[in-house]
Amino acid sequence: MAEFKEIAADAPVVAKVTNWLENRFPTAFDAYRVHMSEYYAPKNFNFWYFFGSLAMLVLVIQIVTGIFLVMHYKPDAALAFGSVEYIMRDVPWGWLVRYMHSTGASAFFVVVYLHMFRGLIYGSYRKPRELVWIFGCAIFLVLMAEAFMGYLLPWGQMSYWGAQVIVNLFSAIPFIGPDLALLIRGDYVVGDATLNRFFSFHVIAVPLVLLGLVVAHLLALHDVGSNNPDGVEIKGPNAPKDARGKPLDGIPFHPYYTVHDIMGVSVFLMVFSAILFFAPEFGGYFLEYNNFIPADPLKTPAHIAPVWYFTPFYSMLRAITTEMMYALIACVVLTAALGVLRTQLSTLGKGVVLVVALVLIALMLAIDAKFWGVVVMGGAVIILFFLPWLDNSPVKSIRYRPDWHKYLYAIFVFMFLILGYLGIQAPGVWGNLWGQDVAQRVSQLFTFGYFAFFLLMPWWSRMGQPKPVPSRVTFEAH
Amino acid sequence: MSDTLADKSQMDPSKRTWLIATGCAGTVGGVAAAIPFISTFQPSERAKAAGAAVEVDISALKPGEKVTIEWRGKPVWIMRRTPEQLATLEKVEGQLADPNSDRKAYPTPDYAKNRHRSIKPELFVGVGICSHLGCSPSDKLQPGAQPSLPDDWQGGFLCPCHGSTFDMAGRVFKNKPAPDNLEVPPHMYLSDSKLLIGEDKKA
Repeated sequence: MAEFKEIAADAPVVAKVTNWLENRFPTAFDAYRVHMSEYYAPKNFNFWYFFGSLAMLVLVIQIVTGIFLVMHYKPDAALAFGSVEYIMRDVPWGWLVRYMHSTGASAFFVVVYLHMFRGLIYGSYRKPRELVWIFGCAIFLVLMAEAFMGYLLPWGQMSYWGAQVIVNLFSAIPFIGPDLALLIRGDYVVGDATLNRFFSFHVIAVPLVLLGLVVAHLLALHDVGSNNPDGVEIKGPNAPKDARGKPLDGIPFHPYYTVHDIMGVSVFLMVFSAILFFAPEFGGYFLEYNNFIPADPLKTPAHIAPVWYFTPFYSMLRAITTEMMYALIACVVLTAALGVLRTQLSTLGKGVVLVVALVLIALMLAIDAKFWGVVVMGGAVIILFFLPWLDNSPVKSIRYRPDWHKYLYAIFVFMFLILGYLGIQAPGVWGNLWGQDVAQRVSQLFTFGYFAFFLLMPWWSRMGQPKPVPSRVTFEAH
Repeated sequence: MSDTLADKSQMDPSKRTWLIATGCAGTVGGVAAAIPFISTFQPSERAKAAGAAVEVDISALKPGEKVTIEWRGKPVWIMRRTPEQLATLEKVEGQLADPNSDRKAYPTPDYAKNRHRSIKPELFVGVGICSHLGCSPSDKLQPGAQPSLPDDWQGGFLCPCHGSTFDMAGRVFKNKPAPDNLEVPPHMYLSDSKLLIGEDKKA
């Protein structure tokens, strides 16, 4: 136990209360110092560093609005759609709470995508922050599950058919798939049982996991310290420190970054409120129009697409056709050939490469494209977890990478956005050219591009002459 | 930590054995306790019971018309095809992935293993659920070029989710995401105008 501190009898009341608490709950006081007043963050944070705290803000908005929605919502296939409309029309201010929750879902993905992009360009996933990045990727994955299950709850046409499609993805897994899909649905079709369990997952199970991961993400971050736009370590053994050993390029999180983040929060809330009050459906992107029609198991809407934040991955799923499989098999053959002919692997290693390639090709020919579509879609998220070990660049930040790296990142973002756009649109949106579906070919090409960006990163990230990295962060007082 | 025990000889290995045994017993107990919870995910007895056969009156169905009825929560299409629509089945056969309904993902009953995939040539009975990811394809009965469809389209069905196309007998075209033809449910004719969906003569 920590030493019990005595305080003068004539001390002010506030000091007495503080002392009383500090003697009984020193952990809270230590935590305040470690995570707030003595957590030194680099002083050169820029615009991109708002999105971490904004993600926390949106998480709080979602939890609070969610608690109030549950007070009026009915998780029952016969009542769910009506209860959401009841919240919208009859519950005093219910429309506001509901729109905050639905707009918050999209806002969550906006800030999380920008937060991830920040990590990507400044190398925030590099040693020693690999675990921070991995916890972050896990948060992204869990957030997708949370959003997907939440989308079923209004029990509209898009809720129903979206769930139908995604649950059926699992039935594509060989052997166990159909039984697994049955276990997820709890019925032979998406129905009341599915709605009830998704409700349970959405309001309690997944949020608990999400909160745990957020805590792990922050604790790991505060252990290794924040990265910054220069990718220069401010707490390393050679970093400049003051007489007390505090980093010269760091400032305490509180009050400096708490005040800084309040500005970010203010701007964010302006944009958030503008959408909330003037365009809560956001032209059918945040709340799809088909979802204002009650779920009808007998009729799929003419055009079904997931909400915008899933569409890049959904495009990749759609891109995997039987023809695409031949292209993928060609990639496996090429990789195996390079592995055998152009590397210094031992004979045993080369043999392993060949056997793995042959097994993979056999599986690719034996199992239909639908399953591989699921693998590609899942792989597009899972591959992010491995980013720390794919990047071999001698410098962390994009600022000191060769200029052509910046164009590569720009192309990657462009491909991701186009995949997202195509995922919103109906198949064949760009018509036919020379008998080919242009949109499908583009999505197939960009699916390749997405994976090539990551899988070839160990090689391209090493190429080119990086610029000299300064010994201290670049910062101009303002 | 390794330095907490100054002398390895002081260690009592029997305690470690018991720790391992306790750990194993605890794991077995944990798994056993998890089984009932996982089991609650299975379809309930009520869900299993709700699978009875459905009787449909088809006397009012005119050529070219389609009705959709619900069987086990799924849409079942009953369509009386016109002679022109039946004639397209032969024309498209070269473009189909499985023209003879040999694939096994959704086995086609023997009485529907023919070009028109039905008992009576004009009357098609099929589950209107795409074999890809469970969307319900929409009617594209009008032949000719139109959005999302090839220029030599003969009439059939298009899945709005991932663009799989099916001919007038629910057979899937090549190079589409759907791995199989539309399912033909077990069915039989009770009379010329009465159709029973969900049971056939074998049952």
